[in-house]
Parts: sequence; C-alpha cells; structure tokens
Amino acid sequence: MSQVDDHAQDHDGDRRDFLYYATASAGAVGVGAAVWPLINQMNPSADVLALASIRVDVSGISAGTQITVLWQGKPVFIRRRTPEDVEAARSVEISDLQDPIARNENIDGEVDATDENRALDEGGEWLVQMGVCTHLGCVPLGDAGDFGGWFCPCHGSHYDTSGRIRRGPAPQNLAIPPASFVDDATIQLG
Amino acid sequence: MGGIPHDHYEPKSNFEKGMAARLPVIGLLYDTIMIPTPKNLNWMWIWGIVLTFTLALQIITGVVLVMHYVPHVDMAFASVEHIMRDVNGGHMIRYLHMNGASLFFVAVYAHMFRGLYYGSYKAPREVTWIIGMLIYLLMMGTAFMGYVLPWGQMSFHGTAVITGLFGAIPFVGEALQTWLLGAGAVGQPALNRFFSLHYLLPFVIAGLVIVHIWAFHTTGNNNPTGVEVRRGSKEEAARDTLPFWPYFVIKDLYAMAIVLVVFFAIVGFMPNYLGHPDNYIEANALVTPSHIVPEWYFLPFYAILRAFTADVWIVMFASWITGGIIDAKFFGVLAMFGAIAVMAVAPWLDTSSVRSGRYRPMFKWWFWILVADFIFLMWLGAMPAEEPYASLSLLASAYWFGYFLVILPLLGVIEKPTTPPSTIEDDFNAHYGKSEGSDASGAATPAE
Repeated sequence: MSQVDDHAQDHDGDRRDFLYYATASAGAVGVGAAVWPLINQMNPSADVLALASIRVDVSGISAGTQITVLWQGKPVFIRRRTPEDVEAARSVEISDLQDPIARNENIDGEVDATDENRALDEGGEWLVQMGVCTHLGCVPLGDAGDFGGWFCPCHGSHYDTSGRIRRGPAPQNLAIPPASFVDDATIQLG
Repeated sequence: MGGIPHDHYEPKSNFEKGMAARLPVIGLLYDTIMIPTPKNLNWMWIWGIVLTFTLALQIITGVVLVMHYVPHVDMAFASVEHIMRDVNGGHMIRYLHMNGASLFFVAVYAHMFRGLYYGSYKAPREVTWIIGMLIYLLMMGTAFMGYVLPWGQMSFHGTAVITGLFGAIPFVGEALQTWLLGAGAVGQPALNRFFSLHYLLPFVIAGLVIVHIWAFHTTGNNNPTGVEVRRGSKEEAARDTLPFWPYFVIKDLYAMAIVLVVFFAIVGFMPNYLGHPDNYIEANALVTPSHIVPEWYFLPFYAILRAFTADVWIVMFASWITGGIIDAKFFGVLAMFGAIAVMAVAPWLDTSSVRSGRYRPMFKWWFWILVADFIFLMWLGAMPAEEPYASLSLLASAYWFGYFLVILPLLGVIEKPTTPPSTIEDDFNAHYGKSEGSDASGAATPAE
C-alpha cells in the first residue's frame, strides 16, 4: 500500500513517463503494422497488375468506323478516320480547346493537343484512345455530339473527331494509351 | 437513462431481483420501452419505427438472398436470375429487398424533413442529428454497393461513375480510386469487396441506430411545439407525456400497417417501377447505357453533382484561386458532399431561439420551398445533361446551399416568431379539448 502511494507522489517521473511513451509508441507501431496489410490488401493484386499488352487486328476496319476492344479491363477505341474527320480536327485552333494538352502516353512531356500529336500515324488516319470519359469514367458514344466525335451520355461531355474535350464537365481530352503498329494490319496496345 | 423523471423498473420476483443484480437487462428494456413521450406527437413521428422495421426487413431478406447469390463477375447476374426464377419464393424475397431500399429512403427523407421543420436538430439534440446524418451516409453507401451486386449494366457503369467521384480528388484521387476498385477498372475485385461491405454496413447502421435512440432518450423526444417536457417532478412530466408503451407503439403499428399496404402493393404489382430496365442487361464494359441515372433516392445529390460545370462563374473562380487544383469535376464532387454537410451542421447554422417551425411565420415558407427544391432536384437529376436542365439544376442547387448557409442564419435575426404554448399540456388541450375527460385519461395512464 505504501508503495502505491510512493508511486502516486513520484513527481520526477522521468522513468515512468518514458515507459508510458514507449508503451504508446509500441502500441501505435503495432496497430499501424496490423492495419496496413488490411488496407493494402485492397490494392490491385499481382494478377490484376500484370501488365498485359494485346495485339489487335485492324484490317477489317473501314474508313469512318471504329472498333472497341477491352485492354486492362477498360475499353479502347480504335478509329479509322475519314479525310473529313482529320480535316475537321486539324483546323481547330489550340486556343479553342478546353484542354490544350495532348494526353498522349506515346509522347514524353506535355505537348500541345494538336491532332498531329494525338493521331497514331502521320496522316492521321488512325486514332487510338481510351474509351473512358475523363469526367467520371463512362464509355462515350461514337459518331455523336456537337463536334462530330464522341459524346458521353452520362453528363454530356462532347469530344471532337480527335477525342479532345470541347464542351461539358470532362476536364481532359480522352487519354491515348501506349500504342504502335506492329505491321500494317496489327496495332499493339501496351 | 432518460432525463425526464418517470417510474423506473422495480424487480419483483426473486428471479428478476437476481437478474437485476447480475445483468440489469430487463430494467434497461423496461425503461427504454416505457420512456415518457410527449403526448402531442403527430403523424410525422412514425418514421423512426418505419425505419427500424425497414432495417430489420433489409437485414433478414438480405441474409436469405446471400444463401443463393454468387459474387463473381461471371455468375452474379445469373445467380440473381436464379433467385428470381428458381429459388422458392426467391422473386418475392428479392423484390422485397429491392423495394425495401426505396422504402428506407422514403422514410428517411420524411424523417429528416420532419426534423428540419420542427427543429429537432437544435440544441440539445445535435448529437442525435449528427448520428442520424452518419446513418444516412452509411445508408447511401450500403444502397450503392447493393445496387452493384446484380451486375447489370446500371450496376457496372454506375460503379464507374461513383468511384470516379473519388478519382476527382486532387493528387491522391487516382490512387484512391484504384484502391477502392482493387484494379484500374470495375471488375471482380470491386464486386467482391462491395459484397463484403454491403453485408457488413447494415450491422454498423444497426449499432448506430441504438446510439441514435440512446441519444434522444436522454434528451427526450422533440414534439410539434418544440417546447420541452417539464421536468420539475414526476407528476409535472406526466402531464406532458404518455409512456411509449402502449400508446405510441399502437399508434406506430397503425401507421406501419398503412405504410406496408402501400409497400406491398408496389412489391406485388409494380416491383420494377422504381428500377431501371437497363439493369436487367448483364454488365458490359464496352457499352454505357445511353442514359445513365442513379436510383431515385440519389437523384437530388446527383443533380447537384452535375450542376457545377466549367462554365459556371463560381467554378471558374474556385479554379482560378486554387491554381486549377479545384476543377469543375472536383467542384461537383465537393458540392455533392457539401450539400449533405451543410445539412449536418444545421444545428449551428440555425440561429432562431424558437425551435418549431410552427411558430416561425417566415421560416415556414422557406422550408416548404426547400422541400419543393428537393423534389425539383430529384426530377432534374433524372433528366439528360442538357439545357434547360443544366441551368435549372444550378438554380436549384443554389437554393439548397442558400437555405442552410444564408437563410437559416439570417432568419433567426430578422424573423419575429409567434409565441409557442408554454407547455405541451396546453398545446394538447387546445387541440383535443380541455376537459375533465382528457385530464382523467392523462392522469390515469402514466401512474399505472
């Protein structure tokens, strides 16, 4: 009993304070160590992360049409544009664009959102882009909208024939994934 | 428990005395069920019981549905069809669960607007109100995740849109969205974890409901006059109140019966009226339904989300002042959550000294405009994203924020309220006739 009283009156409690802090720290580290795996388990698993690249046969696509393929769980639009589409896309001033950045993963750095910087080939016949609206991730509809390109039915974002946002709530142009021609009739994504 | 003086449980038999000394659960239940309740409560005070019933209904039908449902992208849709076609009574159980969600939100909105009109959120019931708002948020999360499970087109693309909201948060958004989905896109990981959480959260809600009831049993119920029950003595309190059992239980059961007649009419005869046909098409990542809309109970907040586009001056201003960190997309998300947040802080925004809207002549008008605004937003949320709906959504959103942030604080200063009755008893007698008869019934009951 007297020992308990001694502890209660022990005001120069350096050692005791140290023990409290040490216990609290150990507890915090322990809780953190226990919680982190429980949070991290929700991040993408190894099989999901395994970066798949796919090859798409585009020989069957005629001018003025597009196909949509699934790549890493997301739709990708591969469009073979008509000369009119390209003409319309290339006649737009950069200053008229809502998002002046190309958003093209095949080009390093932030470049202007000219149609040349977004199309897959020099002539601009092929346009490959993610079919994911940059607003909230719906799949835009092709051949629709006020600019002759894509229109997202969810919240009314209009994209032009180069997949650039022109009107509506979407903040960015449609993203362009890593893509290249393997041969004349095959495009590789990823 | 309660602050209102009343007769407490007295253990009588030896068994009861023994229990009371070991686990006083009978006393707890007795005091809870016999709580003195203001005797002037009107029909808007039935929704709490309807909500409690609906939570139980959802948990019971949900547990049963899980016995047949398969949370896998290849089988989820088929397993729901299996429930609908093959499981004995499965279609009924699923329709009950599906429409139970709608009943839940009908009741919660009635309950919330009741609180807003009669000032139930005001001191000393702020904690009850805040817990209620937490329950509401959890309800929305649970309902959203439940809607994903049938893995139809609306499930799938709705998930893309709603998780996209988190992706709009600057800097951490994309990582957060990926973490929520467990992948770059909606798929198996998302379906599986939403299933897990959809099962878990209702039990968290049930726990919070107990805390909610605990809180308002401590402060006592609000009532249509907003006048507090007199607490000077047991006799004084008894003149303002009646015990919950049997008086309010019977009243609530009557209301329940009427609500259930309507509910079962919908479940039986038009079970898909509140749903979307698109959700009976299996999820397809390549095609978004042409007109994507959430369930009706999310529509007002969905309309607010969509209202703030990049060409609105306040969005441009926010974007400019934050150097582009807050863009239109993030602003919309902030507005949507903000619309709920301003409601949550209503106890501190309302400056009026009078609690009940019944005695606030100016407040009444603004309140009913708010109700109309809510319904208008609900309608706007279901309309396509084009003019004139976009401008109207902006206007209606502005009123929603204006009501809480400007009108509520100002009214307390400029409004001259009428005088509420001095006691609940006076109000009761004014409505039901001040006679010996009412005195007799009022005096006879609580003493028993």
